[in-house]
Amino acid sequence: MSQRILIVDDEPNIVISLEYLMKKEGFQIAVATDGEAALQQAAEFLPDLILLDVMMPKKSGFEVCEALRAMPALMGVKIIMLTAKGRETEVAKGLALGADAYVTKPFSTKDLVLQIKSLLA
Amino acid sequence: MLAGWVIVLASFGYLGILFAIAWYADRRADAGRSLISNPLVYALSLGVYCTTWTFYGSVGRAAASGIGFLPIYLGPTLLFALAGFILQKMIRVAKANRITSIADFVASRYGKSQLLGGLVTVIAVIGVIPYIALQLKAVSNSFAILASYPEIIMPAKAGAVPVIQDSALYVAMILAAFTILFGTRHLDATERHEGMVAAIAVESVVKLVAFLAAGVFVVWGINDGIGDVFAKAAAVPDLARGLTAAGAPASYGAWGTLIFLALFASLLLPRQFQIAVVENVDVNHVSRAIWMFPLYLFLINLFVLPVALAGLLHFPGGGVDADTFVLTLPMAHQEEALALLVYIGGLSAATGMVIVETIALSTMVCNDLVMPALLRLPILGLATRADLSGLLLDIRRWSIAIILGLGYLYFRVAGEAYALVSIGLISFAAVAQFAPVVIGGLCWKGGTREGALAGLAAGFLLWTYTLLLPSFAKSGWLPDGFIAQGLFGIELLHPQRLLGLSGLDEITHCLVWSMLANLGAYIGVSLKRVPNVREARQATLFVGGAEAAGVSGWRGGAGVADLLPLAGRFLGSERAQEAFDRHARQRGLKSIQELPADTRLVSFAETLLAGAIGSASARAMVASVVTEEPLGIDEVMNILDEASQIRAYSHELEQKSLELRRATAELREANSRLLELDRMKDDFISTVTHELRTPLTSIRAFSEMLHEDPKIDLAQRSRFLGIIVSETVRLSRLINQILDLAKLESGRAEWTVTAVDVAEVIHEAADSLTALFAEKRVRLELDRCEAGLSVMADRDRLMQVMVNLLSNALKFVPAESGRVTVGASGTTSEVLVDVTDNGPGIQLEDQDLIFDKFRQGAGTADVLTDKPQGTGLGLPISRQIIEYFHGRLWVESTPGAGARFVFTLPRQAGDNA
Repeated sequence: MSQRILIVDDEPNIVISLEYLMKKEGFQIAVATDGEAALQQAAEFLPDLILLDVMMPKKSGFEVCEALRAMPALMGVKIIMLTAKGRETEVAKGLALGADAYVTKPFSTKDLVLQIKSLLA
Repeated sequence: MLAGWVIVLASFGYLGILFAIAWYADRRADAGRSLISNPLVYALSLGVYCTTWTFYGSVGRAAASGIGFLPIYLGPTLLFALAGFILQKMIRVAKANRITSIADFVASRYGKSQLLGGLVTVIAVIGVIPYIALQLKAVSNSFAILASYPEIIMPAKAGAVPVIQDSALYVAMILAAFTILFGTRHLDATERHEGMVAAIAVESVVKLVAFLAAGVFVVWGINDGIGDVFAKAAAVPDLARGLTAAGAPASYGAWGTLIFLALFASLLLPRQFQIAVVENVDVNHVSRAIWMFPLYLFLINLFVLPVALAGLLHFPGGGVDADTFVLTLPMAHQEEALALLVYIGGLSAATGMVIVETIALSTMVCNDLVMPALLRLPILGLATRADLSGLLLDIRRWSIAIILGLGYLYFRVAGEAYALVSIGLISFAAVAQFAPVVIGGLCWKGGTREGALAGLAAGFLLWTYTLLLPSFAKSGWLPDGFIAQGLFGIELLHPQRLLGLSGLDEITHCLVWSMLANLGAYIGVSLKRVPNVREARQATLFVGGAEAAGVSGWRGGAGVADLLPLAGRFLGSERAQEAFDRHARQRGLKSIQELPADTRLVSFAETLLAGAIGSASARAMVASVVTEEPLGIDEVMNILDEASQIRAYSHELEQKSLELRRATAELREANSRLLELDRMKDDFISTVTHELRTPLTSIRAFSEMLHEDPKIDLAQRSRFLGIIVSETVRLSRLINQILDLAKLESGRAEWTVTAVDVAEVIHEAADSLTALFAEKRVRLELDRCEAGLSVMADRDRLMQVMVNLLSNALKFVPAESGRVTVGASGTTSEVLVDVTDNGPGIQLEDQDLIFDKFRQGAGTADVLTDKPQGTGLGLPISRQIIEYFHGRLWVESTPGAGARFVFTLPRQAGDNA
């Protein structure tokens, strides 16, 4: 049974690239383009891992991360935060809110895949 | 036997006891345990009013006119019983101003006039000398009478014996020596003599006891009680007349005159002023004295009438002077001891009066007459001498000797022409001249120095002319014609019937004229001008009373108590305290309280102050405290001058500090603006970074995927490459716009401003976008554009704005059904262009935000593809451009019903619309 990944980003081209990349690796994929949709999808799709953009309309990645960690149904879900903002304070904030990893854009596709696999292993 | 030596010994013994009492009281006072701080002592010391005039003279007057002796005591009784508040006010004022005598009081009241003080002194000395003569006469007579015991022989006429054998001369000399010992042993800044007051109080007791003893002896020893005496007297017709108040209507006038004279004499005689005001320890003692002193007067007069009547009964025919009855009645009954007691009583009455009177007068002569004169003689160099106290004491000693000498002279010249009572009344009439300026000065602020001088001078002249000179004339010192026919034989100038005023006794006559002239001149001259600064200040102190003067804490060594607060006022109390402490230590004293109120302390305080407020002000300020010198207008001007300089300087400082504060505030504001700009720049860079990384992320991701997987099918491959190309375009556009915006914001953009036809620009921009509109099948309508509207602008920039607005509209309207219209219209001053679409519209709260950098309208995007394309910089750039040309750019929108972007530009004058 293949593992599930929820992709959350408001940038269509990035979603397209991540979707392609993850499908190729054999994951089951769901997509959300804003924070609210992300929480809804997470509750329905029950992913094993979430790729979470930080700068999004409606709810930021940080808020979503915090809310996800409060959901009992998603106890074991892994969260990788993706952001174009690479400041250290934001990395620290993301990790503090319960993210498992923090990846800055633009990212290496190879490294991202390795990181996902190691988290899901 | 009463040998002469017994009497002399008793006299000196008595004086010795008095001196011991005074010495002890002074010691106690120095130790701070005053003997005289007691209302009883105060009331008894007021008994100095009762002199030999009372002791011997009252009986004489009662023998002559029955109860006619009473007004002399009714006056003071009335004053104390009904007008004690006047005395209290005088005491408060005197203490507050450190008044040392009646002359000082008057001088101080009218602006510290030395001339006025001198005049009062002259009047007092001349006026009181007959009174002193009276004491000498009484003592020498009583001595002579007692010495001839058991015979009762009336002494020889004054002047009949050679000077060298005249006991009055020796009495005068002894009294002078005794007074000098009493009053001028040391100099006291407050002019208070506690020892003297104690001695005077004892003397009051002695003379009261002596007189009462004589009275009791006469009434119960010789006769069978009061009733017996009066019954015997009533049997003799001549004596019975004396028991009614007055024989003639004019006598009632004389009663009024005497009451009036005695009333003021008990307040204004130099010795009364000395005892009642200057020597007063506590102003509250007055409230007891107002009944104790009248009681004393009542007691000492209790037996006057019985003794007079008994004397007249015992010595019929007038062979024995009625003035001596109190002494001769005991002698006639061989009561040696009683006679000696009476003599001592008389002596105490005389010494009390002479001591206090001459001390008071010598103080006045010294302070108000001699010293001001000496200080004005530069030859003596007194003004610069460090210590004048020895000189002051010498002057006072000589004054005492000279005053008593003058008294003796008057006694020799005029003493025999008058009975004791008449001599006393001459003095009373003289000091009554002080009443208008003193009482007026306490109640009326309008009195001036000239008014006081005029009033006193007028009153004094008339007193001299109508009372003093006639007394000389009667003694044969002046030609008889002076009183017989008037001056130069002119009846109108008759001294005792001046201007034809007759039918009054000489005292009343004098009083009517002198008071009329005195009051008239005082008020009349005072009203001629408004009181000056000094007079007004003193008037406030005197009329306003203690409240204005600030009485408390003034008695005793006032130096530190005054100077320290004064210094504190200018230096701050802590610094002043420190400085005074240091000064005390330098002088080897333990504390400030030990500092004597001397010139060193004053000059120290002045130096201290001079550092703070300038020397002129310091001198004036210290002088105002030290001597209660009123501030002259010059000194006030000096102070104001220095103060205004200081104020100008401090104003300047204030200005500077205000400017500094303002500059600081500006700097702080600039700094916070810089910080804000810095923060904004940070945010901007962070945002720009984010915006740049987003397309880079896609480009890298797709490039890597294509690179690593060559087996991607063709359709997929060309789709990915398309994305890469479009993201690259987006990236380039973003970079261009960022640079463009930076240029606009920094003002480095280049502008080519010409007259631009707005409709042309709109059409051109629409043309450039025709393909894109067609692609999305959105209709673009330009029908509402008026032609010929011209503005001053950069044509390319205006084109940039139009393209931006049109492509924004295109971006948000739905494909196929989308519709964008453009309008252009003109008012007289503006051209207005709008771009209206039928897109989703913009939320009210977003309508301002979209003009911020990187804020893109969210629209209703919840579908991936609805993510608006663009950089989020188009609208901020457009607004910058429009505002550069003094126009405005804004949006009007109802969410769900499209948006209408509008901009205005100032219309160019002279376009053809």
